[in-house]
Amino acid sequence: MTLRIDIKDLAKHFGAIKAVDGVSFSVNKGEVLGFLGPNGAGKSTTMKMITGFLTPTRGTVSVCGHDVLTDPIAVKASLGYLPEGAPAYADMTPHSFLKFIADIRGISGAEKMRAVDSAAERAQIKNVMFQPIETLSKGYKRRVGLAQAILHNPPVLILDEPTDGLDPNQKHEVRTLINDMADDKAIIISTHILEEVHALCTRNVVIANGKVQFNGTPHELEAMSRYHNAVCVAVANVDSAKFASFLTDLEFVDEVEALAADRGFRVYPKQGQQITAELSQSIRANGFEIDSLYAEHGRLDEVFRTITLNSTQGGH
Amino acid sequence: MNFQNIWFIMKREFNGYFATPVAYVFIIIFLLLAGFSTFFVGNFFERGEADLYPFFSLHPWLYVLLIPAISMRLWSEERKSGSIELLMTLPVSVFEAVLGKFLAAWAFTGLALMLNFPLWITVNYLGSPDNGVIFTGFLGSLLMAGGFLAIGSCISALTKNQVIAFVLSLIVSLIFVLSGYGIVLDFFSSWAPSALVEAISSFSFLTHFDAISKGVIDMRDMLYFASVITVWLFANAIVINARKAD
Repeated sequence: MTLRIDIKDLAKHFGAIKAVDGVSFSVNKGEVLGFLGPNGAGKSTTMKMITGFLTPTRGTVSVCGHDVLTDPIAVKASLGYLPEGAPAYADMTPHSFLKFIADIRGISGAEKMRAVDSAAERAQIKNVMFQPIETLSKGYKRRVGLAQAILHNPPVLILDEPTDGLDPNQKHEVRTLINDMADDKAIIISTHILEEVHALCTRNVVIANGKVQFNGTPHELEAMSRYHNAVCVAVANVDSAKFASFLTDLEFVDEVEALAADRGFRVYPKQGQQITAELSQSIRANGFEIDSLYAEHGRLDEVFRTITLNSTQGGH
Repeated sequence: MNFQNIWFIMKREFNGYFATPVAYVFIIIFLLLAGFSTFFVGNFFERGEADLYPFFSLHPWLYVLLIPAISMRLWSEERKSGSIELLMTLPVSVFEAVLGKFLAAWAFTGLALMLNFPLWITVNYLGSPDNGVIFTGFLGSLLMAGGFLAIGSCISALTKNQVIAFVLSLIVSLIFVLSGYGIVLDFFSSWAPSALVEAISSFSFLTHFDAISKGVIDMRDMLYFASVITVWLFANAIVINARKAD
């Protein structure tokens, strides 16, 4: 079975507020779905409904073939969940906390110690196993939450901001951990850290105002940027006005923009096509000496802003 | 209903009492107050009788004050720390969680009650009491404690704030005790039909506990406390289901 999570027309209304309003998407085995959106967009609410913590106003959620409304226990048994803020029992130690989770997850005997040990190892919390959780730093608390979520090796992982509050090294470790598990699981992570789109995700869903605004690969997301396939070029020993007019006259160029501090020009292609090779050929053929030339991939922050702000202005 | 889950939740919750000084402080205060009330309010010695009636008869009042301190954290703390989201997304049902937590609090109260055993030794040393009556007293007291705990557990599910949970539980518990108290019943009997007065009185913990504490096991009293516990725990599960995410 490759389809692990299937969400159809999911909605949650709190009074007049439509926190989530008709969200549909699915996640297959082997996919890491990056769930993006501004704060308050409905990411956490959607995750709470997938994990059976919140009851949807409308729509269905199925996890590994189990419906969350008719068989919540089977859904909960097949997923690992890191709630927002990684709540845990503060007065327990990670050791006793993970043992409790193992008990509830039905892992017993020698297998229990092995599961606790392996989860602690992978989440890198082995050196704090016997300190009360309330005395741990934010980064460790988050990783205790992560250890709890992966303890029973679930086929589905739902992680709400797994790298929030971690330093760059810890972020890297958590991403490596998620990447290592990605092959045989279906994973949803929510984040508003855009660098994670490339570091982690095989697909992205952007949500704003409770609705899905985008669903595609990280590459497709980037392609929505106006900087996508733009080329930055600088040449040596030439009058910049003359070079600019040369660039503007090229047939595949849509627009030319001067970069700050005389560092050259950004050339936008027509219809977002790739122009790096053609451009560099034309420049050389016309006797200019290239200092630097590189293509841009598109800027996620700009795409993110465009997608989410448009939906706000567009209203409901 | 998965009994293993209930057991695991109960075990975690029970150990939770001992993770902080709360358990020790509570047990010491409970023993001091129970001892004090037995000797000074209940006039244990002056009565000159070999029984523990002075000890048991004041338990309703003791519990009104102390049980809310045990029950207030059961759900309020889960809601405040957000761990309720963790617990309710583990493969356990709401009722298993409610029951596991309640049983932990009940077992803890039972432990505190058992630690009054020096009184039992004292009364056996001084005279020859009817130990069957004393056993019934302990059993009745434990049952009544369960009633108070079920009330407190349900109320703690209503709020994130432990102080509010404590105060509300204390007031509701007080109402359940006072409805059988002479002054209150006199107030009603002056104008209300006797059927109503009896109804009010029959809802009181005092009325049902009094007989048990004297060694009289009446199934109706047992059933009363069992129903109080059941009703409040059901209400508890309903509250959690409806408001867990608030």
